[in-house]
Amino acid sequence: MLEIKDLHASVEDKEILKGINLEVKAGEVHAIMGPNGSGKSTLASVIAGKEEFEVTKGSVSLEGEDLEEVAPEERAHKGVFLSFQYPVEIPGVSVTNFMKTAINESRKAKGLEDMPAKDMLKLIREKSELLEIDRKFLSRSLNEGFSGGEKKRNEIFQMAMLEPKVAILDETDSGLDIDALRIVANGVNKLKSKDNAVIVITHYQRLLDYIVPDFVHVLHNGKIVKSGGKELAMELEEKGYDWIKQEATV
Amino acid sequence: MDLKEKLISSFMAFENNVDVEHPVHDIRTEAIKNFETKGFPSKKEEAWKYTSLNSLQKIDFSIFPKEDNALEYKDVKRYSIHEIDTYKIVFIDGIYSSYLSETTHDGVDICLMSSALTKPMYRQVIDVYFNKVASKDESLTTLNTAFSREGAYIYIPKNKMPKKPVEILHFATGNEASLLLQPRNLVIVEENAEVQIIERHQSLTTNEVLTNSVTEIFAAESAIVDYYKIQNDANTASLIDNTYINQKSKSNVNVHTFSFGGKLTRNNLNFYQNGEYMDSTMKGVTILGEKQHVDHHTLVHHIEPNCESHQDYKGIYGENSTGVFNGKIIVDKIAQKTNAFQQNNNILVSDKATINTKPQLEIFADDVKCSHGCTIGQLDEDALFYMQSRGIPKKEARALLMYAFANNVLESVRIPEVKGRINKLIAKKLGVNLGFDL
Ligand SMILES: Nc1ncnc2c1ncn2[C@@H]1O[C@H](COP(=O)(O)OP(=O)(O)OP(=O)(O)O)[C@@H](O)[C@H]1O
Ligand SMILES: [Mg+2]
Repeated sequence: MLEIKDLHASVEDKEILKGINLEVKAGEVHAIMGPNGSGKSTLASVIAGKEEFEVTKGSVSLEGEDLEEVAPEERAHKGVFLSFQYPVEIPGVSVTNFMKTAINESRKAKGLEDMPAKDMLKLIREKSELLEIDRKFLSRSLNEGFSGGEKKRNEIFQMAMLEPKVAILDETDSGLDIDALRIVANGVNKLKSKDNAVIVITHYQRLLDYIVPDFVHVLHNGKIVKSGGKELAMELEEKGYDWIKQEATV
Repeated sequence: MDLKEKLISSFMAFENNVDVEHPVHDIRTEAIKNFETKGFPSKKEEAWKYTSLNSLQKIDFSIFPKEDNALEYKDVKRYSIHEIDTYKIVFIDGIYSSYLSETTHDGVDICLMSSALTKPMYRQVIDVYFNKVASKDESLTTLNTAFSREGAYIYIPKNKMPKKPVEILHFATGNEASLLLQPRNLVIVEENAEVQIIERHQSLTTNEVLTNSVTEIFAAESAIVDYYKIQNDANTASLIDNTYINQKSKSNVNVHTFSFGGKLTRNNLNFYQNGEYMDSTMKGVTILGEKQHVDHHTLVHHIEPNCESHQDYKGIYGENSTGVFNGKIIVDKIAQKTNAFQQNNNILVSDKATINTKPQLEIFADDVKCSHGCTIGQLDEDALFYMQSRGIPKKEARALLMYAFANNVLESVRIPEVKGRINKLIAKKLGVNLGFDL
């Protein structure tokens, strides 16, 4: 479904991703771990199409199509979704209006009419219930004054609304309390199917207890230096990254 | 002959058509003398530093339209808030159009300045109010005063409120190659009375039009006035709007100025607070492109204690457009417990657009709350990427951010159809269809 080949990316002539190879098939859950500053969020941004990062070598493709020339919004229309590590505040645009615009723009790109208001309301109700989001919340300006946890929950609400093919969750667990973590993870699991894939970026095993990965990758200094099954995450939790960093430099 | 000379020499011709025995004519002659001394403002004056009237003065404007020009309702309908029933005072090339208007004398007077300035029954009111708050030395105001003859006259007696909002509409047909218009409006809202007014100036061709308008508003105790100015004129139309407001205790006056077009627009909005416990609100949304220029000069003079003023102007400047915001707040020594807020936020969406923004605070009282802030920024790139990552194309994302930026100014618009209309104008100006109203 998502294929990343020898991906190199730089910002302001500083190379951050230094040759990443990763294949994510439909139905799979991949976890990406790694020390701070190793390039996890950069990888997520490059997949989502952030122009600030220049791809100097290699490629990202979705269902066989090279995404190089594809704008971020078109990637979204094709089914790429990024749950931001730091969701951006958009004052003056309510959550509801934002989602209406996002969904209708996606439909427009596919040559469909706007979603009827009634269906839209129904969808919003259904998905906000799934994530146990208060209705009042939806009329607030997007992310403005939201607590850390509220922002993350709202990201997954958006994912639920958009039903992406490949969802990248960048530290969605950080900021969530224990109950919220369960609700959010439960939401993600409900959206999981054999036709879509999830990439979970996290520092902790905790989230992976709920969203169980098929593969765990360790990113270090812009490269995937180790891959394994879900036991790798437990090993990292126990031993930290030093041994991997040492292995990588050998 | 330059415009100033032409105006001064036209004054004699003008006198042939007005009642020179009426006391108002003394005010006119005084005013033309003042204008003769002062002339048009130049860029050397601080208040006109960023707005030049030089090129306008080179145009050979007709000062009096030669004939009555008619317009069909269907041609001008879209410029009025036709979704709702309104009183209308409509002028075509400065001349009243009874055909397009709907005036009333049913408990309130919504009619013509020309009647008020000539008929004996209005004499007393004119003596008390005419030219009493308008400046007697600001040159463009004195020019208007000198030629004052026509405009809207609105008188709302104590405890009354007209059944519907009032629209003041000015159309220029372009039958004159270039036309100077000088409407003069007088709005008197007595104790505990209320009125809503929507004003628009619209040129229908690409011939040059310059409007130098003066509006005097008197809000008595506990009166409420909502005034909406919709400025979306042709690129050959310029407007100098001089509005003077005298407020009494517990009154509430709100002026919204929506500036979306025109060649040159200058808004001189002046509030004088003569009483206590009142509120003055000035809000503005300015969205410009091409070579359009808008200059907002506001003044709030807090003369007595315990009053509030709120200013919130938002500007979005694209292409080669230029904007000015100059907000002056004066708090007199005795005006303790004044709360004066002023905010001017701007977004430049083009490298060639410019905005000059300046607060001007003169505070002589010590127990006051004054806050002011001005910002000039670009659209937030991270916000744009965030929106794009949700499937919203860059153009729409930009528009949505700009919409959102201007949005809170619309919250205080109390006529839903006006709000709807402004929303549409904003969307059109931003070149998008967002499928929902903010
Ligand atoms: N716009 C930028 N300009 C300069 N350097 C950048 C930029 N974006 C990221 N970097 C740098 O790239 C490196 C990788 O950053 P990234 O955010 O991808 O790390 P991360 O693995 O997500 O870290 P964390 O676990 O702390 O979230 C860091 O050294 C960071 O400072
Ligand atoms: Mg990160």
